[in-house]
Amino acid sequence: MAVKLEIRDVSKAYDAPGGDRRVRALDGISFSVDQGEFVSLLGPSGCGKSTLLNMIAGFEAASSGEIRLDGKLVQQPGADRGLVFQDYALFPWKTLLDNVMYGPQKRGLPKRECVEIARRYIELVGLAGFEAHYPHQLSGGMRQRCALARSVANDPDVLLMDEPLAAIDALTRNTLQEEILRVCDARNGTPRKTVIYVTHSIDEAVFLSDRIVVMSPRPGRVFELVDVPLPAPRTDETRLLPEFHELTARIWRSLKIYAKPA
Amino acid sequence: MATASSARADEHWRVDALTVSAADEATDRADPAPRRRRHTARLVRLVILPVTVLAIWQAAAMLELYNTVLLPPPSRVFMAAIGLIASGELLRHFADSMRRIALANLVSIATAVPLGVLMGRYRPFEEIMDGLLNILRPIPPLAWIPLAILWFGLGESSVVFITLISAFFAILINTIAGVRSVDRSLIRAALTLGASQHDLIKDVVLPATLPHIITGVRIALGVSWMSIVAAELIASSSGLGYMISYYREVLRSDLILVGMLTIGLIGFVMDRGLLWLERRLLPWCTRVEP
Repeated sequence: MAVKLEIRDVSKAYDAPGGDRRVRALDGISFSVDQGEFVSLLGPSGCGKSTLLNMIAGFEAASSGEIRLDGKLVQQPGADRGLVFQDYALFPWKTLLDNVMYGPQKRGLPKRECVEIARRYIELVGLAGFEAHYPHQLSGGMRQRCALARSVANDPDVLLMDEPLAAIDALTRNTLQEEILRVCDARNGTPRKTVIYVTHSIDEAVFLSDRIVVMSPRPGRVFELVDVPLPAPRTDETRLLPEFHELTARIWRSLKIYAKPA
Repeated sequence: MATASSARADEHWRVDALTVSAADEATDRADPAPRRRRHTARLVRLVILPVTVLAIWQAAAMLELYNTVLLPPPSRVFMAAIGLIASGELLRHFADSMRRIALANLVSIATAVPLGVLMGRYRPFEEIMDGLLNILRPIPPLAWIPLAILWFGLGESSVVFITLISAFFAILINTIAGVRSVDRSLIRAALTLGASQHDLIKDVVLPATLPHIITGVRIALGVSWMSIVAAELIASSSGLGYMISYYREVLRSDLILVGMLTIGLIGFVMDRGLLWLERRLLPWCTRVEP
């Protein structure tokens, strides 16, 4: 398979508050992501996984090393990398329809086509009928569905997700995990989405991913790359498989030493 | 930052008021009767104090407990108001003041909003402007009156200038605060959806700042009335401020009170109007967490 995204020896350091010493946030990160692959960045807080995601999005620059998307150097944010935020980041002054339409409109598509695309993706995430609602009128889970629709409707090359379900209650979270996989799947002509997914939940990473980049903290390093050979489609049955439990237990054993004393 | 913090205090008050009414609405949707009862109860609470004060004032004047030349009873103020309205004098002064306030505030909005957006968004620009503006800001608008008269002469321009100075800073400070508090995630979301740096102002910064701008205009209208009265006392021969000072010279305390109460009433109506406008324009901005 073709390499979509390449992270090559990326490091990030910044001055500590006070400025008397340098903090190394990321140290020599290297891995690549294939077209259509779902890769999770998993690690305890402080391992720099969100920093790395922000660098892929183009919001922060690497201190050294490079990030390439389809061979092109990533230097600034752009519509080729969609981002789903933990706090949804829906425009509160726009209705759901207008939120989802925003990306297509920025691409310069005619209004009629934008509405059509937006309606299609709102339906895809199960929010048909809520087009005229404002974000504050919806639950957290519905807002995140809308944010997902907004990102995917813009048809990015890579979908970046920054702990999108961290603020969602546990019951809704399981449903939304399946939803995310379904929305990112190949569909009438469009290939499966390439996804980079940041999480600190081992279960979540194992359930969603084709591959997991396990990271260790201070400075953030790639601790190991774990393949997840669980069959597709991933459903509730997947969570019952012995392989699922073996894998989560294995990752837990390696990450345990970094868990904060309770 | 006195203006900004008073804006915030004001907002807190509003959040409480809105929370209560939102909760009321939720429980009352099923049955409108208790809602109506609560509405009446609230109305009673709102008018009970003014009505009591008026009654005591009137009674004290009728019993001649004090010198009514200094403070005429409500009945005489009311009759004086009728007279001023009938002669068209009140309307003329009101219209003059109102026109000056509208002009001053429109010019303030047109200048302070763009300036505030630039200052809130571009740190170096803010640093360039900050020194000058922070020296000018503490100068009370009234201290500008002598210079204003020298520059513009007695009359319309001077009064508008004084009013403009007070309104300008209220809107500027609230706009800057609004621009600074724009959620960084929203900016980033727009960028990953294909917005250019240029789009950000129009698509994210301005809509997100609009509630703060409206708060700024509300404060600006309040301080406008404070400074316009003083400016008209000195630099004008019309307007409610002039009217009040004119009747002081002829010792008509009843007509002075009519002028004062008119300003109070207009200020109140304008503030409520802006709140109503805000709810209409910004249905998303409930300021109440669900």
